Amino acid sequence: MAATTKLDYAKPPPPLKDELDIVIPTIRNLEFLEMWRPFFEPYHLIIVQDGDPTKTIKVPDGFDYDLYNRNDIKKLLGPRASCISFKDSACRCFGYMVSKKKYIFTIDDDCFVAKDPSGKAINALEQHIKNLLCPSTPFFFNTLYDPFADGADFVRGYPFSLRDGVPTAVSHGLWLNIPDYDAPTQLVKPLERNQRYVDAVLTIPKGTLFPMCGMNLAFDRELIGPAMYFGLMGDGQPIGRYDDMWAGWCIKVICDHLGLGVKTGLPYIWHSKASNPFVNLRKEYKGIFWQEEIIPFFQSVSLPKDCTSVQKCYIELSKQVKEKLSKVDPYFDKLASAMVTWIEAWEEINPPTSASSKLSNGTAK
Amino acid sequence: MSQAPIKDNEVDIVIGALRSDLSSFFNEWRAYFSRFHLIIVKDPDLKEELKIPDGFNLNVYTKNDIDRIVGSTSISFSGYSCRYFGFLVSKKKYIISIDDDCHPAKDNKGNFVDAVAQHIENLTTPATPFFFNTLYDPYRDGADFVRGYPFSLRNGVNCALSCGLWLNLADLDAPTQALKPSERNNRYVDAVLTVPTAALLPVSGINIAFDREAVGPALFPALRLAEEGKVRWETIEDIWSGMCVKVICDHLGLGVKTGLPYVWRTDRGDAVESLKKEWEGVKLMEEVVPFLQSTMLPVTAATAEDCVVEMAKTVKQQLGSSNPVFGHAADSMLEWVRIWKTMVSRPS
Repeated sequence: MAATTKLDYAKPPPPLKDELDIVIPTIRNLEFLEMWRPFFEPYHLIIVQDGDPTKTIKVPDGFDYDLYNRNDIKKLLGPRASCISFKDSACRCFGYMVSKKKYIFTIDDDCFVAKDPSGKAINALEQHIKNLLCPSTPFFFNTLYDPFADGADFVRGYPFSLRDGVPTAVSHGLWLNIPDYDAPTQLVKPLERNQRYVDAVLTIPKGTLFPMCGMNLAFDRELIGPAMYFGLMGDGQPIGRYDDMWAGWCIKVICDHLGLGVKTGLPYIWHSKASNPFVNLRKEYKGIFWQEEIIPFFQSVSLPKDCTSVQKCYIELSKQVKEKLSKVDPYFDKLASAMVTWIEAWEEINPPTSASSKLSNGTAK
Repeated sequence: MSQAPIKDNEVDIVIGALRSDLSSFFNEWRAYFSRFHLIIVKDPDLKEELKIPDGFNLNVYTKNDIDRIVGSTSISFSGYSCRYFGFLVSKKKYIISIDDDCHPAKDNKGNFVDAVAQHIENLTTPATPFFFNTLYDPYRDGADFVRGYPFSLRNGVNCALSCGLWLNLADLDAPTQALKPSERNNRYVDAVLTVPTAALLPVSGINIAFDREAVGPALFPALRLAEEGKVRWETIEDIWSGMCVKVICDHLGLGVKTGLPYVWRTDRGDAVESLKKEWEGVKLMEEVVPFLQSTMLPVTAATAEDCVVEMAKTVKQQLGSSNPVFGHAADSMLEWVRIWKTMVSRPS
């Protein structure tokens, strides 16, 4: 047996090593993984290859992964593959569906390791795990941000009965360098870089919506997975760059309904690539107008009490989308159907175990 | 544009003096205070003469002034509540108020923070309560609204309240501080953010600023603990007032910001000692929060005064029977509006 040093004994195993999958959509290459190797290597990767399935994506050596291209998606889902976007990073949600793990971390292939103000490399995955494993506090705002962080706590006046918090379903990280701006803002401020390191994690209050960016995101798949559908984007669709936004609005109303928490803030990653604002504008153009109708819709969504599982909430949401947003554009009619297809595909790929079916045996419809 | 132009003659800095020797306090804050008019209100229970260094444009009010100007009232201006008298007599648009045991803090780069300038910037730039911006305050240098933020909401609304934070001795309650006696806040979080509509928060009075024209009457000394004391661990009046202000701001479509600026707060008092008194406040919060979360103000309440009157009625109806302290608070809120209206209508 190889000699082990004291250091080996002292080092704890990577947290959630066998309970977390890293989902990466890619169309180019995965060279960015080299920089992440010290933090990602212990974990299983799910690579979702978008675009031309005949192209070979080289995965750096030493990583344990599964790679799915468009042909794999069609094979696994059959006709239901229609709900998975093509030629758009929205296809990543296929990775969420086929994962067998409790937690998912997803990251874009142009996101690198950032440094904190002391110059130390940030292990974004570790921070996301911390965020997911400790409670959220959506019912009352703590002015010192995450009360469970080192050196922080609940402030004077924070009710004790709310200090246990609720389980955290989503951890939304941020980006240094190229900020996640929409096309008009990029056009007006092409040189703006995010240089502000805000040392906080906070829970987004119940009832408040936010723009969820999929570049640096982690979630508890068991708590919210089925609601993380990234919609119909890209090839053949009238809209792009709203995949994560759509998922974010859906998960937030469902988390609010089910009493789950959504956090935002740390960790930061370094976003290196500024996409072409003119290309972006063409993709986002309709979304900029549509969101003016979409937001009031989500702000006023009410889910009935008997929606006690994520799937039930999501199906109910799809009905309301069909009912109320179809008049904005026929696209929403298609999207609502795709939301149902997604849930059907999810349930087929992830058949409920006898234990979980007992749990979801809530109020009868 | 990093800062809105500071309108010196629109600002009053109100300091409640719970200690007599304010020399070091004012000398430390001189660089940030000296261009503005100051209102110093002496705690009516403080016997010693106030010691304030020269070089400031200020008015000092003592117990005699309070009695003379306000006349007979059930409102107590004792202890931390003395500052509300300063809010009452001010004629300015913006008020900034900092506890007398706070010092200028240093940011992450080691530079002293101009808390006054930051509060003014917070109040003079829009707030965004209807949708959360993940890059925090979109009006700060180097930041903006992120992708997915609706364009129709990017004008924001007026900011009525700016809640600052504290390094070193954070505003924790007595049980928490007693449990962690050596815990100090060393984390400088470089953010200002709008607290979303319908989200309640504990508003600490230690380091705040507000638009007096918009919400002045909604900051009131109403909820007094039976054994209220001279350390923040033994008070709840600011938390109560602040939560009411948030409900009122939500109703009137005004914004509340939290985050920068930080002040550095001195170690003072004994959390364990205060713990014996402050349990009352902790228990009251359990009733206050569900009540405030479900309070609806009528559409007809269009001003801060109207809102306070409506809230006082509901407080009396719904909380008054559970604890006399709420009934008294409701009465104080109505009395406060009466005094406020009298002051406002007085010729300067």
